[in-house]
Amino acid sequence: MIPVDYYIILSAILFTIGALGVLIRRNPLIIFMSIELMLNAANLAFVAFGRSWEITSGKPFYTGQIFVFFVIAVAAAEVAVGLALIVEIFKTKKNINIDEMNSLKG
Amino acid sequence: MTSELIVFLVLSLVAISSALGMAFSRNAIYSALFLVLNFVTVAVFYLLLGAPLIAMSQITVYAGAIMVLFLFVIMLLGAENLAPLPQAMPWQRPLAFILAVTLVVESIYLIFARAQLDTVITAPDAAANSMESLREMAMTLFNQFLLPFEITSILLLVAMVGAIVLTNREKRKARA
Amino acid sequence: MHLSETIISLAPWLVFAPLTGLLINLIFGRRLSEKAVGTVASLASGAAFVVSVLLAYAVSINHGEVMRWRLAEWIHIGTLNLDWTFRIDSLSTTMMLVVSGVGTLIHIYAIGYMHEDVRFKHDEGRYTRFFIFLNLFIAAMMILVSGDSYMMLFVGWEGVGLSSFLLIGFWFEMDTLGRPSWANSDAAKKAFIANRIGDFGFLIAAFLMFWGFGSLQFDQVFAGASSLSAINSPLTVAITLFLLLGVAGKSAQIPLYVWLPDAMAGPTPVSALIHAATMVTAGVYLVARSAPIYATAPAAQYLVAMTGAITALFAATIAVGQYDIKKVLAYSTVSQLGFMVAAVGMGAYTAGMFHLITHAFFKALLFLSAGSVILGLERGHHHAPSSPTLPPKGEGSHRPLSPRERARVREHHEIFDPGDMRNMGGLRKTMPVTFWLYIVGTLALTGIFPFAGFWSKDEILLDASLHFTGIYWLLTIAAFFTAFYMGRQIWMVFFGESRSEAAAHAEESPKVMTLPLVVLAILSAVGGGLNLPFEGFHNLGHWLSYTLGEVESLPLDLTVAGVSTLLALTAIFVSWLLYGRTPLQAGQIDPLKRLGLVFTGMENKWFVDEGYFAVIINPFKKISQFLADVIDWRFWHDFVHDTLIVGTYNWLSTIALDHYADQKGIDAFANWLGTATQWISENVRKIQNGFVRSYALAVMLGVVLILGYLIFK
Repeated sequence: MIPVDYYIILSAILFTIGALGVLIRRNPLIIFMSIELMLNAANLAFVAFGRSWEITSGKPFYTGQIFVFFVIAVAAAEVAVGLALIVEIFKTKKNINIDEMNSLKG
Repeated sequence: MTSELIVFLVLSLVAISSALGMAFSRNAIYSALFLVLNFVTVAVFYLLLGAPLIAMSQITVYAGAIMVLFLFVIMLLGAENLAPLPQAMPWQRPLAFILAVTLVVESIYLIFARAQLDTVITAPDAAANSMESLREMAMTLFNQFLLPFEITSILLLVAMVGAIVLTNREKRKARA
Repeated sequence: MHLSETIISLAPWLVFAPLTGLLINLIFGRRLSEKAVGTVASLASGAAFVVSVLLAYAVSINHGEVMRWRLAEWIHIGTLNLDWTFRIDSLSTTMMLVVSGVGTLIHIYAIGYMHEDVRFKHDEGRYTRFFIFLNLFIAAMMILVSGDSYMMLFVGWEGVGLSSFLLIGFWFEMDTLGRPSWANSDAAKKAFIANRIGDFGFLIAAFLMFWGFGSLQFDQVFAGASSLSAINSPLTVAITLFLLLGVAGKSAQIPLYVWLPDAMAGPTPVSALIHAATMVTAGVYLVARSAPIYATAPAAQYLVAMTGAITALFAATIAVGQYDIKKVLAYSTVSQLGFMVAAVGMGAYTAGMFHLITHAFFKALLFLSAGSVILGLERGHHHAPSSPTLPPKGEGSHRPLSPRERARVREHHEIFDPGDMRNMGGLRKTMPVTFWLYIVGTLALTGIFPFAGFWSKDEILLDASLHFTGIYWLLTIAAFFTAFYMGRQIWMVFFGESRSEAAAHAEESPKVMTLPLVVLAILSAVGGGLNLPFEGFHNLGHWLSYTLGEVESLPLDLTVAGVSTLLALTAIFVSWLLYGRTPLQAGQIDPLKRLGLVFTGMENKWFVDEGYFAVIINPFKKISQFLADVIDWRFWHDFVHDTLIVGTYNWLSTIALDHYADQKGIDAFANWLGTATQWISENVRKIQNGFVRSYALAVMLGVVLILGYLIFK
């Protein structure tokens, strides 16, 4: 018997920690992992809301879970490309400090 | 205070701690391992929410495949510990903390005071774990969400091609 | 009836035949030989003559019934309904016969004349152009005489004016002696402008007619003439007087006659055809055509008659003082036109038309003979041993000269005037054919029995003696002068000794020129037979009465005939005393100089041109100059435009708008805006620092702020 608020608050906290990780870390791999954590937090919210609706309406409801399914697929794709990019950058710059990648500054 | 709530709170504690551990570990390997722990915890939440398939995907795809890939790259590049560099933006870190705390406070306030979410999550019944439920979900996915599903498959294909092209560049250069 | 309908359907060919000739020469003229061009043009004119004869025949078998042939719709606006309709009646066919008959003869003559003229003027390419213009004239003249309304008549009226202008200015870039000058084109302009004044009168008359009668079609106008004069006689008088202005312009009457003598700048066939035989008689035709209107306005009729009579005398006196062979004939034409206008003014339409016809014969004869004399002298000039400009015989002579060569030849051209009678003398021996032809023309013109002029002039004088004694005396004195100046001309040109090399070497003209003259001479001799003043011989009067109504046919009055013949013989005798008994020697002054001021006046055309310059043209120019310089340039341009408008605008724009509004206001604001933008962007660009994490922080900040907004909303 857990109010759905708790799940959402947990999701919000996890999301914020992920965002914090993105903001304060300079290792692109850890930033990447923080992004995964944020996605995960969002997934948790999806599933919680889906379950909440299932209980309210009394009928099976899968849309929330299917969204999570898609997010996992997209995350997999993103990781594949992202890690390939990181490896590539490391090969050319011999360094992957995120603060050194500022060639787009105005 | 029901037993479910106790389990939830404990698991929440573990999830938040592992998230914080991920975010603040100096060593990237530890970060990765903390994240695996976090993913597993979230998978348990999925089970509590009556989504066993997602929970299994979470563990196999996320905690398994993706995190192994992470660890592999970290070790390949030797990026466990990057040489500490002078901060380019010394004000970034405190500002980030302030914003994070503000965001959490705002979220909690909004969720409790405004969102009016009064549903109570009960433990899933046996039907949720049956094959019938899985079949229902598959029917939804392949009927109602057929187009996004196909687009996702194309996205995966493109990502695969992209990854190959990116890592293959040097060979092509050498050949040319 | 069927036959006449067939014939009447040919009516449009009066105009189409010359137009066809015109088009053929216009399109193929460059490829055709001179003979072919001349033949085409003459055939075109001849075809018009044949059509005229057929139409006259159709009129006669219909006993003068007016026939119409509607070719096309023309103007249909409101109540104005005009069609392009040919009107075939005895009056119009008479004019058609004269125009196309004399016209054809002159076309044939021109084949020979222009052949030499273009060579003496060193521009053979212009041969075709001449015949195109001649055919254009015939077409326009046919429109004039065959129109069924005043508007169609006006189209022809303007058309002949145009062809007259083109032909007077045929050698537009030289004077009559072939020197580079604008004299000929000035003469053309003078003719055109004087005619325009007349045309203005014609148009006003036409507008008044439409106002008064609601129509411009002849029969409708004439039907309303008497009732209109009863209601509104000033309007009738105005119409007739404005028509008189048109007549004065076209038929060279006082005060607009001044253009005709200058029109002799055109080649001689033109002078003969347009400015003696046909076009200038259009005014006479117009008055005769408008007879029903004039009949309702006796005052206007009297004015027309007086105008004609005074012109007749005035021009005759000027002719006495002229030295140019064509100028004498030109003033003689003005004078004879005065006779005709006087006749039609007096209501003696038969007499007027009769004189028109005979005059067409003998004046064309005289002009063409004069042209023959001029060309003979020109030939003599070139054959004379001293001549430097003889074109080399052989192939070179047919090569057209380039403009530069032409100018060089003209520069070296010894100034010699082949038209000046003082350069002539003794041509009786060198040009016998021309001499005899000239004698016939002179006798016809002076009115010696039994030549054509005797009958026609006497009919006019007789009419005048019965109704208008003043006019009778004016005309009789004019007839005396006529005989005198013609006698003077004969003695000066053909008798005595040659007064120049050219006259001594003069040559007779070829047959293509003399044959048409012979035809004209025969007509001049026997033309009187058209209307003999004996019972049963009033052929023309009878013929015209179909159209003009019954006109009185007068028997011969021996007193009038005797007086005029006696005066003519006296005048010829006086001229013999002065010019024949002791022929003029080279360089000798005219014996009439003894008259002093009077002769000076005659010699200088009574200073009419100078008077027009002093009274009208120069003041007009001065006013124009004043308007242009002072009003337009200094007032409108300099003051109003430059000073007022531009100045105010400049002041407004520089001081008020530029300095205060623009520089201090808009500019300052725009500059401030630019500076501010620059300052802001200088600072804002620092945010774009290239660090991905700071961008993420910005996103985070945005999320926090939005949530904060949602909370505190």
